[in-house]
Amino acid sequence: MPELGRAALAATLGLSLYALVAGAYAARFRRRRLALSAQNALIGAFGTTVVASIVLALALARSDFSFVYVWAHTSLALPAGYKLSAFWGGQEGSLLLWLLILTGYAAAAVLLNRRSARDLVAWVVPVLAGVAVFFSFLVVVIASPFATQVAALDGRGLNPSLQNPYMMSHPPLLYLGYVGLTVPFAFAMGALLARRADERWIVATRRWTLVAWTALGIGQLLGSHWAYEEIGWGGYYAWDPVENAALMPWLAATAFLHSVMIQEKRGMLKVWNVLLVLLAFGLSLFGTFLTRSGIVSSIHSFTEGSIGPWFLGFICLVVLGSLALVFARLPLLRSRTKLESLVSREATFLYNNLLLVALTLTILWGVAYPIVHELVHGEQRFVGQGYYNFFLRIFGLPLLLLMGIGPLVAWRRASLRGLAASFAWPAGAALLAGAVLLALGAGSSIPGLIAYTFSAFVLASIAFEFARGTRARRALAGGSWPRAFSQLVGRNRRRYGGYVVHAAVVLLAIGVAGSSLYDSVAEGRLSPGGTLAVADYRLTYERLVEREAANATEVRAVVGIERGGKELGTLEAGKNAYAAERQVTNEVGIRSDLVTGEDLFVIAEQVRPDGSVYFRVFVNPLVNLIWLAGFVFLLGSIVALWPDAREQRRLADRYARAGLPAEP
Amino acid sequence: MSLALLLGALLAAACVVLVALPYLREPQPADDALEEPGELERRHLELSEVRDRALAALKELEFDHRTGKVSDEDYRALVGPLRREAAEALRALEPRAGARTRVSDAQRG
Repeated sequence: MPELGRAALAATLGLSLYALVAGAYAARFRRRRLALSAQNALIGAFGTTVVASIVLALALARSDFSFVYVWAHTSLALPAGYKLSAFWGGQEGSLLLWLLILTGYAAAAVLLNRRSARDLVAWVVPVLAGVAVFFSFLVVVIASPFATQVAALDGRGLNPSLQNPYMMSHPPLLYLGYVGLTVPFAFAMGALLARRADERWIVATRRWTLVAWTALGIGQLLGSHWAYEEIGWGGYYAWDPVENAALMPWLAATAFLHSVMIQEKRGMLKVWNVLLVLLAFGLSLFGTFLTRSGIVSSIHSFTEGSIGPWFLGFICLVVLGSLALVFARLPLLRSRTKLESLVSREATFLYNNLLLVALTLTILWGVAYPIVHELVHGEQRFVGQGYYNFFLRIFGLPLLLLMGIGPLVAWRRASLRGLAASFAWPAGAALLAGAVLLALGAGSSIPGLIAYTFSAFVLASIAFEFARGTRARRALAGGSWPRAFSQLVGRNRRRYGGYVVHAAVVLLAIGVAGSSLYDSVAEGRLSPGGTLAVADYRLTYERLVEREAANATEVRAVVGIERGGKELGTLEAGKNAYAAERQVTNEVGIRSDLVTGEDLFVIAEQVRPDGSVYFRVFVNPLVNLIWLAGFVFLLGSIVALWPDAREQRRLADRYARAGLPAEP
Repeated sequence: MSLALLLGALLAAACVVLVALPYLREPQPADDALEEPGELERRHLELSEVRDRALAALKELEFDHRTGKVSDEDYRALVGPLRREAAEALRALEPRAGARTRVSDAQRG
């Protein structure tokens, strides 16, 4: 039923357009029923986008090749799960997913806030609707997923790289993150349009930002794991433009999550916070533009389309329009308080912000430079990994150190005596760890040794904070240690959830440093019976096997593994040949040691007709800590996101007393 | 084709009803003006934010002092201005209430 899909998307465009125009008129001229009608239109746009999405999902599930999209991205032999994940495997479906999540977020944001922040929501609706108009215009006019043809007998299949379980969750999570940043942006702009300088836009969007940031973070980790397993070059992050496109808004949102606390605690940095929200949203649009326009070549970009100029125009409109609005409202955003001391919690947050924004802009320049160079000189020039790695160390290592310093420093100001008492244990633990690591040979990489020492400092400072907080809570309220610990976390979930997230970042840093600075590599052509040594492993190429899978022919080299004279079994590495897609992919063999966190990573780069195989083998120390970091990150985010009844009551009281509705 | 058309028509009708709902529910309302907080409410909200900020800062200072993160010297220097800030906001919000009592309560909480 492509007609129903087209009609539903046309309805989404119409409803969004109505919500934009009627909503702006109602907010400007204070028309209550018209404002409610615009809100309903935005909620209705979600309903119609759901209908369109169901039509596409059914067509994919039923292999209805009269849909051009279904024919171009699936085949009869494609397993059912991948048929559904083909929803976001191509440009038109991806844009529809963007629109589905956007209208879903918009409907939820309106429904949850329409009573508590009525005057704000009146302006938020046209902003959200403006973004929805753009995306619905794209899927109705430029890149419709409902284009039809005479039904073919079979489809062209899905890109084999996308036939991986991670692709079922990685793109939707990334989109939940990208699109989720629209909500804080809409509320920030709504507050400025409504001339409201109070904190309601922050209160209303705090959780939205955290959800979007968490989804973006987890989505990136899943993407890295996909690249590690599927692309098969031995790494997980290559500073690819599309990878950077997801990292940049995440970094900007990280800066915002920290600086917004300064606004909440001290009433400062109002302009900076609005600019960070704009930066995060602008970068999320830029990321989608990079992925979908085909303007840069990337292992993650599976499309080349005609939507580039439209995206570029929309990004310019959003950025310039928002900057003009911020400039016009500068007097409203003036702060009455100032930074009291350069040695205080807010100062460390400020340093953290400067470093995060500097890293973001450095990456942005690295991504934009080839495009700018091509525009000016007519040829692309690529920015190598050396550029990114250099700035990652320059900005990343101080950021890591600040994660340990921040929690130890009090708000407003800290004296030397106070600092000495706080720093003694964590600094001592870090120096001891550094000395031990040096003795164990970690000095072969100075950046690695610094990263590990700083990581030890951060972990020690987090442990110290939890320990002395629990002790103080127990002294205050009595009871057992676990009870005091639970009360400590329960009374300040954002702070302690944040510390857990910091611990996750430390695990990530240790994993990245270990696997990139202390890895071992070996390569060579082996005939059956041949051996290859790498680090303390010895690999023996045993035999080649060939078998038929659902939609591919699999060729695997079976490799026996030994470490320190002990046999550890076999693993398989090889190639898959996909008939429908006419492509061959690398299928790597990975043996993870969950105790040491190390991976043995085997690539069968060339399989020759004489049965010999060219192997490339990596030993990646501590790489599994990166994936473990994902779980810890999620745990910390859940702690920070968990509703706080005490906070809800306080906000309800604040708004009720100010004559605003009671629901926060 | 006909089923798709029927479903499309139903969808369009549902959209129209949803958008027109506020007008269908209240064809002739007594007041159609969008509610906005007045100057007084905005001032109250602003003072409430200052009060909450100061009270939260006092609570955090007390706890950080107990944990040892804030030295006695820093505590003495910071607690006075924070108490004054909170008391001023409370006085401005509730002129007749015992601002001093509320500050002490908040610190204990």
